[in-house]
Parts: sequence; structure tokens; C-alpha cells
Amino acid sequence: MDEERIDEIIGNHGTDKSKLIGILQDVQAEYNWLPQDTLRHIAKRLRIPLVDVFEIATFYKSFSLKPRGKHLVRVCLGTACHVRGGPRIMETAERSLGIKADETTSDYKFTLESVNCLGCCALGPVMVVDNEYHGKLPPTKVEKILRTYGYTGSGKDG
Amino acid sequence: MNRIKIKSPLDLEKLRQAILAKTDSQKTHVAICAGTGCLALGAREVITAFKEELKKRGLENEVEIRETGCPGFCEKGTIVVSYPEGIYYLQVQPGDVQEIVEKTLVEKEIVERLLYTDPVTNEKAIPEDEIPFYKHQMRLLIGNNIKIDPKNIEDYIALGGYNAVAKALSEMTPVEVIEEIKRANLRGRGGGGFPAGRKWETTRNAPGEPKYVIVNCDEGDPGAFMDRALMEGNPHSVIEGLIIGAYATGSHDGFIYVREEYPLAVENTSIALEQAREYGLLGRDIMGSGFDFDVKIFRGAGAFVSGESSALMSSLEGKVGAPQPKYTHTSIKGLWNKPTNLNNVETWANVPLIINKGADWFTSIGTEESKGTKIFSLVGNVNNTGLVEVPMGITLREIIYNIGGGVRDNKKFKAVQTGGPSGGCIPESLIDTAVDFDELTKLGSMMGSGGMIVMDEDTCMVDVAKYFVDFLVDESCGRCVPCREGLERMSEILSDICEGKGKEGDIELLEELSEVMKDTSLCALGRTAPNPVLTTIHYFKDEYDAHIKEKKCPAHVCKVLIEYYIAGEKCTGCLACLKACPEGAITGEKEKVHVIATEKCSKCGICYETCKFDAVLIR
Repeated sequence: MDEERIDEIIGNHGTDKSKLIGILQDVQAEYNWLPQDTLRHIAKRLRIPLVDVFEIATFYKSFSLKPRGKHLVRVCLGTACHVRGGPRIMETAERSLGIKADETTSDYKFTLESVNCLGCCALGPVMVVDNEYHGKLPPTKVEKILRTYGYTGSGKDG
Repeated sequence: MNRIKIKSPLDLEKLRQAILAKTDSQKTHVAICAGTGCLALGAREVITAFKEELKKRGLENEVEIRETGCPGFCEKGTIVVSYPEGIYYLQVQPGDVQEIVEKTLVEKEIVERLLYTDPVTNEKAIPEDEIPFYKHQMRLLIGNNIKIDPKNIEDYIALGGYNAVAKALSEMTPVEVIEEIKRANLRGRGGGGFPAGRKWETTRNAPGEPKYVIVNCDEGDPGAFMDRALMEGNPHSVIEGLIIGAYATGSHDGFIYVREEYPLAVENTSIALEQAREYGLLGRDIMGSGFDFDVKIFRGAGAFVSGESSALMSSLEGKVGAPQPKYTHTSIKGLWNKPTNLNNVETWANVPLIINKGADWFTSIGTEESKGTKIFSLVGNVNNTGLVEVPMGITLREIIYNIGGGVRDNKKFKAVQTGGPSGGCIPESLIDTAVDFDELTKLGSMMGSGGMIVMDEDTCMVDVAKYFVDFLVDESCGRCVPCREGLERMSEILSDICEGKGKEGDIELLEELSEVMKDTSLCALGRTAPNPVLTTIHYFKDEYDAHIKEKKCPAHVCKVLIEYYIAGEKCTGCLACLKACPEGAITGEKEKVHVIATEKCSKCGICYETCKFDAVLIR
């Protein structure tokens, strides 16, 4: 943990406990996940019990307590995407990457997550890799997109 | 940038005139949608291509490129509009840019192939109001999105922006503002439909200082994205409404709560707040009225239930965003236990219109109890998907067929789902129902925040019910027993039905659970959670019966109940499905009929997607 950097983030927000969510968001932006020692450090600095920090970190979906891969693959499973084949996109991504939703590949290249609506419902089904949106996506194109992010395997041996 | 502070309504008018004077309305400019939807379709590349092409021809100073908010017709993105003529080009790709610049911008000709073409008559439409998708709408709130660069406050001011603030602050007392909103009968667009004016009045009269005002942009309903489009595409219209609401309720601190899935909305709103501050439209002594007000933006962290008002306030306080028991309304005791007025994005955006044009004008639109327009996100299996703004009282049929162009791929319409996870599914027999707050509730659904998901014959209604229940299992905060446990049990029963393990009595049990949840849950999430289940049972009972009694899924969706097979007469033996099958379940030789080994098949559907001859079928 880079204590100085964490302190800098806390400094930007202040040590009032109402700032906790913002602090965690910035720490996660730094590490891509929330390492346990950073949570302990934040609890100490904000003078609140560690359990309060964990409560927030586990309640909100955007926080991850596990390390995540270099690329974050999010498949939208909102209603509009659901009726246009979103679940098939998810299954294809799971099969290609050889992991289930909310898991990370063993080489830490990809983390796969589902999301409950990204608000581009008119383009369903949608998959987002990092911040690139891929709309009107047929399952047959999933692997092709993953390849542009360095995916090398194929579904059959993955 | 150094901006001169606006110190009076006159200053605002002078600024507007100055902006208009330096912009030549006859000058060519190109508006390109840079909303999340079009960006997903490659708008960024189109914008870059335009800039490069103009530079190449030395036209970069002649033609302005304006990156605008979402004009709603997402189905046909990237949308490019060439002004002053207003030529609407659809589905523009970077490869089309050179031709548009050459033909339209230089030679003043139209590129026919990029215009809207009517699928039936093949007629072309040039300006917005000739396109059927737009023709039947009434775009009071989102109509300006294509005219405004949301990152430039001057575009908004040029169109008369902040005039309503000027009017309210200089000509009206706070009580008069509240009376006007009450007379307009503006009802909450987030789904509740509670009269905004009454809420404002309660907050104004509630004891305690300071008072707070909040914009709820935690738009969690899957399938709804009108708040994103407004917050992203025209943030000043929301901020203007908020300033007026703050003045009326006596608040000096505002918050805009944006869900974290909307990064562009956060970005554009932050810029808008900064620019409004620079002009003195936020801060101390706004327009010389003596009224002080400022706004902070707060990014959510991903929790559907946090969109509920008391939960959202908890989240703003840095706590878990779970609903609180409301012994007292949040308008009296809300954020940090102080009187707090929270409204949804679209509600706030209506406020400047009402102040500018008056309650009488506003009440001339809509139905007896639901006034004004409503934005719907028309999505799912419909031809023209996108955001549509229509007067309240229009029928579902008009929205789906006249604006939406009917069901995709000539499939049969089955249902339209409204109101998100709290709403329900409305069958074909009822699509002549007028859409407003009360009519849809009578059908067991609700208008909600305006998601409208069209479902065709290939949608399984039991699967849809299970989808919403599973969504809510995930999103329930777990605080009260009926919601937490009730949803889990419902999910189990629905899973059984979808997997062919349904039994007699399951439907009755679902109905009984629903009643308990409706009566005893803590917040609206639990109380309305049974709606998708109850409406699908009510209107599509035959589908439940087919699953339970015949162990069949009529729409061929529920995996356990279906089987993929290859129709020998259609199969050309091209090997495509055989190569694509991840399970190695397909056997066959070139130019000979292929066969799927059912025991190996994982029912992933890839063969179905891959086959170009429609030879893979489901039974």
C-alpha cells in the first residue's frame, strides 16, 4: 500500500465519515480494487470501526474486495438487453474466458462482471470492455472483441 | 475562462444577445450526437473524421462541429445533422464523412442514401419533423439536446436558458413559484407521481435549517435512460429547475446524485456546474436577487435500491444506501434529518418550462390527472428504439406502432413491460390504453420512470417474471423480511417452473407470497416487487400452465424445456455450425445433413446463430 497516496486521497475529501464512499471510489480507481490494508488505513484515519468501512465496501456493487484483471468486461443484463439476447452474450463470454461472472482469469488479464443496465438500452445487447461500449452485439462477435484486448485462447480449450 | 458575472436579468439578456450576435444562424454547422448511445456506435470516430476532413479542406474555421446530447433516435446512430438546413443523416459511419463534407457542406446537396427511408413506402425524409419517429412526438424536454453542446453553457443561454431563473428570482415570491408548480399539477417523473408542488410546500413549511434540494439521477430501472440523456445532453435545464426549486423551498444547498454507471453524465454535469458558477448563476446573490445557492455532485456506487429517496439520502450521508422506515416524510426530515426536497431529473427539467410558459400552458397538455409530457425509453423488440417524448394520454399502440414502427423482424407482438422491476407486462388486448400515471396502475403495472420494453413472440413471460425477481433478489437491501425472503422463495418457485419442475399449486403460492410482500414490505421496492409476477400470471397464465403441466416453453426460451435440432431439408452441410459448436455435439460431413447429439448439447444456441440457412430449429 502506498500510504502517502491514500493519505493524499483522504486529504482531498476530508476525514468526515460522510466522505467514505468518495474516498473508496478514488482508492479503487487507483488500485482497480480495494486491498484490505487500504481499508484498515482508511478506518484509522477516519476514526471509524473497520466494520463500517467493510459495510460500505460490501454493500455497493462497484467496490471489489478481490483483485481484478487488467481489463474489465461488463455484460449488460438489463431488461432490454435480456430480451435481445444479453444472457447469450454472457454465456459466450464465460465460455471464451473460461470463467464465470464475477471471476477473474488466472493470468489477471480479464475480469468478467454483469451489470444491471448501462442506459444504452436501444443498442442491446451491450458489452463494455473498460470504457469501450460494444452495442448490437451478436454472440458470434464476442471473441473477436476480446481478442482486441489481448485474449488469445479459444472457447474449445479455455 | 474569464466570464463576466451575470448580476441581473438584464445582464442575462445582454449576454444572450451578445452570444446570438457572434453566432451567424446561417453559418453551416454540423451537430453530431456524442451521447453514450451514439458513442457506443462509433460517434467518436465520426467526429474525428469530420474534423480531419474539414482541416484537409481548410474549412475548419468555416464549419463548426458541435458535439451534442442525445436526440433520442439511438437505433439509427450515429446521428449527424447539418445546419442551417437541418438535414438529418442517420447511421453515419466514418467512411461517410468525406461524402457529407463534399456534397452537403461544400456543394449544398443532399446525400440521399443517409436519409431516413420509410421501410414501407421507401420515401425519404430530410428534416427531423418529417421522420415518423419524431413526427408523432412532442419534444419539450429533449428537443433541445441536438441543438446544444452540453459542455458549453452559452449554447443553452442562446436558446433562452436561465430566463426562468431570472423570472422566478426577480418577479415571483417563493410562494408564488410553489403555487405555479402546484397549479401546473407537475407530478414526480421518477415513478411515484407525487405532486411536486405539494412536496415543495411541505419542505418550505417544515421547521429546521438548513434545507436541502436533491436531483435524483440514480436511474436504476433497467431499460430506462431518459434521465441519463437529459443529465448528459442538457444538464443546465436540470440545474435551472433545481435553482428555482431551491429558491421556492428556501434551500441554499443542492445535490445531484448520479449513478456511477453514467460517467458521461457526471462529467457533463460537473462542467455545467462549474460554468454556471463562473457566470454567477450559482453561488452568492444570484442575479442580484440576494438568493444564495450552490450544488455539489455525488457519484453513486452501484446500488439499485439507493434510488429510493430515504436510501439515496443515507447514501449521500456516506452510509449504506438502504431505505429507512418513513415515519416522517423526507420532505420534513430527510438528509441529516433536515427538510429535504428530492425530485427526479425529468421533474426538475420541467420546472423552467412551467415558469417560462405558465401553468395554464402546461395543463393544456396531457390528461385530467397527468399533465405535460413524459419521456419513455422505447426498447426491446421494436423497430425504432430510442427515447420518445409524448404528451400524457397517448396510447401504448401509438407509441409502439406510429413512433416505434412496430415489432422487429415482422414478429408478433406479445407484451410491453412498463415501470421497470416495479411494473408489469401489458398484453396486446390492452395496448389501446392511454398512458398516464393512473391508467397503467389500473392494469397492475405502472408508468414508473418510463421504461417501455417491447416483447415479441420469442419472449417467455415466465422467464421475464423470473428475470425481474432475480434482479430484485440481487438488489434488495435485505433489511426487511418480506422482501428479502419473499423474493428468494419466488425465485426458487419460478426457477422450478422454468426448469420443468413446476407443480400444481405453484401459481397460487406465488400469488399468496405476493400479497404478503405487498402488504408488509418496508419500502416500495418490496411492495411493488410482485407486480411483474402478478401481471404475467394474470395476462399470460397459459404460458405458466404450459410450463407446469406440459413441461413446455412455448417461446422456446427456457433451456431445460427445449431441444435444438437440424431440419434435414434445409441443411446444406456447410459445416459452419459443426465448427462453431463449443461442445462438439454436432456431427456430419461436407454437403451432408448434420445432426445434433442432444445428450452432448449445452443449448448455448451458437449453432442457431451461426446457421445462415435457418436449418437449426428449436422444439
